[in-house]
Amino acid sequence: MAAGNFEKYKSDGSLGGNLLEWVDARFPATAMWRGHLSEYYAPKNFNFWYFFGSLALLVLVIQIVTGIFLVMHYKPDAALNANGVPVAFASVEYIMRDVPGGWLIRYMHSTGASAFFIVVYLHMFRGLIYGSYRKPRELTWLFGVGIFLCLMGEAFFGYLLPWGQMSYWGAQVIVNLFSAIPVIGSDLSLIIRGDFVVGDATLNRFFSFHVIAFPLVLIGLVAAHVLALHETGSNNPDGVEIKANKDENGIPRDGIPFHPYYTVKDIVGVVVFLMVFSAVMFWAPEGGGYFLETPNFYPADPLKTPPHIAPVWYFTPFYSILRAMVWNFFGLDAKFWGVVAMGASVVIFAFLPWLDRSPVKSIRYRGPITKVMITIFVICFFILGYLGTLSPSPMGELVSQVCTVFYFGFFLGMPWWSRMDKFKPVPDRVTMK
Amino acid sequence: MSNQGKVDCGRRRLVVATAAVGGVGAVAALVPFVSSLLPSERAKAAGAPVEVDISKLESGQMITVEWRGKPVWIINRTKDMLDTLPKLADAVADPKSEKNQQPDYAKNDTRSIKPEILVVVGICTHLGCSPSSKFKKGAEEGMGADWLGGFLCPCHGSTFDFAGRVFKAKPAPTNLEVPPHYYMADTRILIGEDKKGA
Repeated sequence: MAAGNFEKYKSDGSLGGNLLEWVDARFPATAMWRGHLSEYYAPKNFNFWYFFGSLALLVLVIQIVTGIFLVMHYKPDAALNANGVPVAFASVEYIMRDVPGGWLIRYMHSTGASAFFIVVYLHMFRGLIYGSYRKPRELTWLFGVGIFLCLMGEAFFGYLLPWGQMSYWGAQVIVNLFSAIPVIGSDLSLIIRGDFVVGDATLNRFFSFHVIAFPLVLIGLVAAHVLALHETGSNNPDGVEIKANKDENGIPRDGIPFHPYYTVKDIVGVVVFLMVFSAVMFWAPEGGGYFLETPNFYPADPLKTPPHIAPVWYFTPFYSILRAMVWNFFGLDAKFWGVVAMGASVVIFAFLPWLDRSPVKSIRYRGPITKVMITIFVICFFILGYLGTLSPSPMGELVSQVCTVFYFGFFLGMPWWSRMDKFKPVPDRVTMK
Repeated sequence: MSNQGKVDCGRRRLVVATAAVGGVGAVAALVPFVSSLLPSERAKAAGAPVEVDISKLESGQMITVEWRGKPVWIINRTKDMLDTLPKLADAVADPKSEKNQQPDYAKNDTRSIKPEILVVVGICTHLGCSPSSKFKKGAEEGMGADWLGGFLCPCHGSTFDFAGRVFKAKPAPTNLEVPPHYYMADTRILIGEDKKGA
């Protein structure tokens, strides 16, 4: 907490005031309000890129609320009903057709899943260009990577629940990834599935993970992420530490209270976001086959893989990296190395604070090498994402291999290229561009 | 209790011992939770053998039956199909089926008991998708011009020949699995069991 004003609330004699005084004497209500909102001083030069943290929080709330209501009607049961349709699949159809407003709640949840990743990817990109992961915010970044991993788990477990063809075969592929780990692999995948094949046991435990275990961890990590951020204070587009320049009251000269200044700014972001979100939800809830994939409108069939299977768009960059590994090394199968590469491509984000050796944080004061590297990285990320949606082909394989090399080159070469790069002097105060 | 930097070693030992015993108890409490994740007795009991009548399976045709929740293919291979197998010995990763992906009675050139009848689990050994049949030669079904017929896994592009042998430089590490099976009669196969007393 920045200001550390722990003065207790004194009532003005009104009924509400008396109540607040009573509460505040027993619970740090006003201290928390001041520390995190009204006296949390954030840099005054936040720009467009700073919308996505609060938007991620909004989407989390949307997912939790819609999720609570979906669970009231959904049944995690792979057995066939009287019509020969799996109960889980039929319960989703029931939500879509028979539950009043059910279709809307489900589309909020399914659009929310994709929106979550869009917002989080933009949030991560912001961190990347302005060096938000650098000292002293390493822990904020690590909690963020934890949130991202958790989110991927949430999305994966949740995708099995409709028990469609893509749910089933997607889970089959990802669970089998773990069997590639030497020695413990096959037992591990057995423990994840709870059966020798993806089946009812798998569906039920994924349901449990999706609605209880992961949301709890996710909320804990989000709290830790925000607390760690508020301990160090926010970074900004100039990468200037505003706490280095405080006025006589100990308030950063370049800081403004989060509330009301940024709460109001973020509400504008929320309004625009909800306009786009609603447009997708009402007019294109399937997102052109990227948000809800066509094969998932068919119930799971363990005997037949759909002719084209691909993960949902937000996993495709990492899926391409998995597919790019086709060589056996050190006597271990290509399959194992694909899994290692895919895992590494996600976890490597956690090492950014220690890979970046540039003397400055923000891209505004960094030289051409950084700009070129980040551009190449983003382009490769998009190409990998696009290729991951396509069927395997020799050309696609080669391109994804090249992009995988650049992807890892960006991170592993960073200690060198970030030091080699030119940089401009950073001003003492933030700038308003 | 002294607060002046003196450690009461007797108390310290007791604290350590208490924490250690508590820790062992906490780890032991994990056992029921982890073991509950393993396949249940009901899941283990499922998986009875499946009997299949192949008297109506014409030459060149394939049927899929479910065994332990997995697709098992039975293919009545034509002479043409069988003739492709020796030609591919250099193109496939394990031409002699040396990796343990089949019972001994299927460890031969055709990976089958009867040369023409192939029985394999139709699950790609890479990540468990079920490959699609691409029986036509050449580029007709979207394969390369030199394709001799076989299977393509839609997920990661592994290809298999008419004996379920994986081609080289593909993500799948091994040939398709041949399940235990035997002929109860000339046209009746029992999938899931080796022949008793054989």
